[in-house]
Amino acid sequence: MDYQHIGILVLWTFLFGYLILGAIDFGAGFFILYAKVTGQENELRDVISRYLNPVWEVTNVFLVFFFVGIVGFFPDTAYYFGSTLLLPVSVALLLLTIRGSFYAFETYGKDSKLAWVALYGISGLLIPAAFSTVLTISEGGFITKTAKGVELKWFELLMSPFAWSVVFLCIISVLYISSAFLTVYAHKAKDFAAYKIIRTWFLIWALPMLIICQFTFLSLRQHNQSHFEVATGQYWWIFGLSIVFFLIAFALYYFEKHIEIALIMVILQFASAFYGYGLSKLPYILYPYVNIDKAVVNDTMAFALVVVFILGLLLLLPSLYLLLRLFVFDKEYVKGKKK
Amino acid sequence: MDGIVMSRLLTAMTLGFHIIFATIGVGMPLMIMIAEGLGIKYNDAKYTAMARRFAKTFTITVAVGVVTGTIIGLQLSLLWPSFMQLGGQVIALPLFMETFAFFFEAIFLSIYLYTWDRFKNKWTHWALNIPIIIGSTMSALFITSVNSFMNTPEGFKVKNGVLVDIDPIQAMLNASFFVRSFHVVTTGGMTIAFCIASVAAVKLLRNKFPEDKGYHQQALKMAMIVGLVFSLLTILAGDLSAKFLHNAQPEKLAAMEWHFESESKADLVLFGVLDEKTQEVKGAIKIPGMLSFLADNSFDTKVKGLNEIPKDEQPPLIIHYFFDLMVFFGMFSFAVSVLYVIMHKVKRQVSTSSLMLYAIALCGPLCMLAIEFGWFLAEMGRQPWLLRGYLKVAEGATHADGVSLVLVAFGVLYLILGFSCCYVLIRMYKDKPAQLDVEQYAKGGTE
Repeated sequence: MDYQHIGILVLWTFLFGYLILGAIDFGAGFFILYAKVTGQENELRDVISRYLNPVWEVTNVFLVFFFVGIVGFFPDTAYYFGSTLLLPVSVALLLLTIRGSFYAFETYGKDSKLAWVALYGISGLLIPAAFSTVLTISEGGFITKTAKGVELKWFELLMSPFAWSVVFLCIISVLYISSAFLTVYAHKAKDFAAYKIIRTWFLIWALPMLIICQFTFLSLRQHNQSHFEVATGQYWWIFGLSIVFFLIAFALYYFEKHIEIALIMVILQFASAFYGYGLSKLPYILYPYVNIDKAVVNDTMAFALVVVFILGLLLLLPSLYLLLRLFVFDKEYVKGKKK
Repeated sequence: MDGIVMSRLLTAMTLGFHIIFATIGVGMPLMIMIAEGLGIKYNDAKYTAMARRFAKTFTITVAVGVVTGTIIGLQLSLLWPSFMQLGGQVIALPLFMETFAFFFEAIFLSIYLYTWDRFKNKWTHWALNIPIIIGSTMSALFITSVNSFMNTPEGFKVKNGVLVDIDPIQAMLNASFFVRSFHVVTTGGMTIAFCIASVAAVKLLRNKFPEDKGYHQQALKMAMIVGLVFSLLTILAGDLSAKFLHNAQPEKLAAMEWHFESESKADLVLFGVLDEKTQEVKGAIKIPGMLSFLADNSFDTKVKGLNEIPKDEQPPLIIHYFFDLMVFFGMFSFAVSVLYVIMHKVKRQVSTSSLMLYAIALCGPLCMLAIEFGWFLAEMGRQPWLLRGYLKVAEGATHADGVSLVLVAFGVLYLILGFSCCYVLIRMYKDKPAQLDVEQYAKGGTE
């Protein structure tokens, strides 16, 4: 494999990591707010915060990793995305900041305020929507190159059915993924009150999940015909697999059998859809301006980055494993018997 | 205001806000480690309580540090896209390594904060501090490397506007890297030690919970000793910086010192007011020959003057004030810590007299200001360059619409965030005597 493919594979994987962990985190914030408003706080709060407290900061690093990495491997992306995304990414940053800090103020501070929980819960649903603009404009058609530089066509973006379907896809995925995970976490904690509530949420979101995926596909056909054709012609089987994983997961959650395996199915469902989408998009990062074969950083730097990446992983994987062992796989901790 | 000025303002605002929390991130883990270690070694619950309270405070500041760090990470590409496209070819390595260091720190900090009572041997938990400190220091080093590259770029050649023959390692370990990172790390340790001392001093002066007196005195002593050690290192780092500037960035040194004509036996100018037209300095204290001595350990060294630098490449002269204030605040804190340590040995009651405590209370905030001024000085001192010698600031800024809107939005955000952060931190300790914590941990109890 050449450097650009190693690079994009690594980055895509970290983005996937953020997608899963971030979705759990964002959705959990929304559930805490929901529980507080409907007076079910006692049932939900403990089990959610037992998971969130130790891992929220690590979740954030996946995002940082992705955007630093993409600028490092493909410096051209900094120019094109940077020049055009000032407003949408700034909105996402404002929300991310409000969310992160008020989460900390609310959790570690002395007193709890409904306004803080609300800021925290609602911003979580809006962040993926704001970030999704990046994916949308990467399909091309929203950027023009002028003598002054590159510019974003706002009107086209706001009126595009494709853009909106991606926004809704993000919001629904957040609720879907996070309820899938928290159901399993609550089950492990033997917290059946929380388990029941969250499982219901999962079942509610499954159908919209399926519908919005199809809708996104159809609108992609309108927007970027060639991408759609590659996706359905060459990689249809990956997307087919994704639907199979979805059906298995739904059945397992519905009949309450082997829900740990069901969670893995949910992750596989997203993994296949996400990698399928990425594969069918190649070689473009930003259609038609940034092509990974042309935009990659010079060879010496690419080599250095790959070396650092491998060394970094040797450091990270054991540490991440330790973190998971202490807070996700440790039965006593999950049940709240161990601080 | 045009886009360039606003992009500069927004970057300055974000960094100015982030640097407070970044400094805490560099200094605080060490203080926690020292307190926890002393607590285990002397089996003294006061230190244990101290470590726990520091750690609790730290979680709040880490949260703000992480989010503001994320902001600046993305703003680099949003506000300076052309620079990142060009520089990305060369600085990707330290940026990438910084995220690894940050990742490493984040994981172990999470583990540290939630495993106080998990391990039988207390030293096991204490040892978790080591990866945290490695992570936070490394992360400071790598990010400083990116900044020093912008000051002293090397490790590449330019051919037709494209960077070629790139040597990532040389770019990372560029000329100013060692001096700057040493300065960043030592001032981080110094500032946080004095901030902790300030809190202890204020608590002793207020004396709201008389039973806490012993606790705060112990914290004060620990922080002042650490502060003294780090201020000595800082002085060394500062001296190395002056020598470095003399050799590598003479225009910055000259602007910093209002040094216009190249000459040997150059004077060091302290304070004063400048008339920019006549280059006349009023009301300053001048130490003859001192600038030459600082630049090269010899009074005869010829120091390059500002008039030798082309007009459009001169840094703004305002940086002199930042330099003076930075040095003055640093020296003040150093002097206070020396006095405290001597008095503590010779005449203990003087070391906690209210006059002394007032002086100590000033040290923390002044050091934090010195950090801000030091960065103002460093960053404005390389104007008008974005990448010194290669790319001017005006060529790197974005052309996107809406920079003014974003500027206002982030300004409001930092105000709210700064205010809420202070509110939360003050509320955490306002009504709860430290003694309660101490007694709890003495019994081996948890929260």
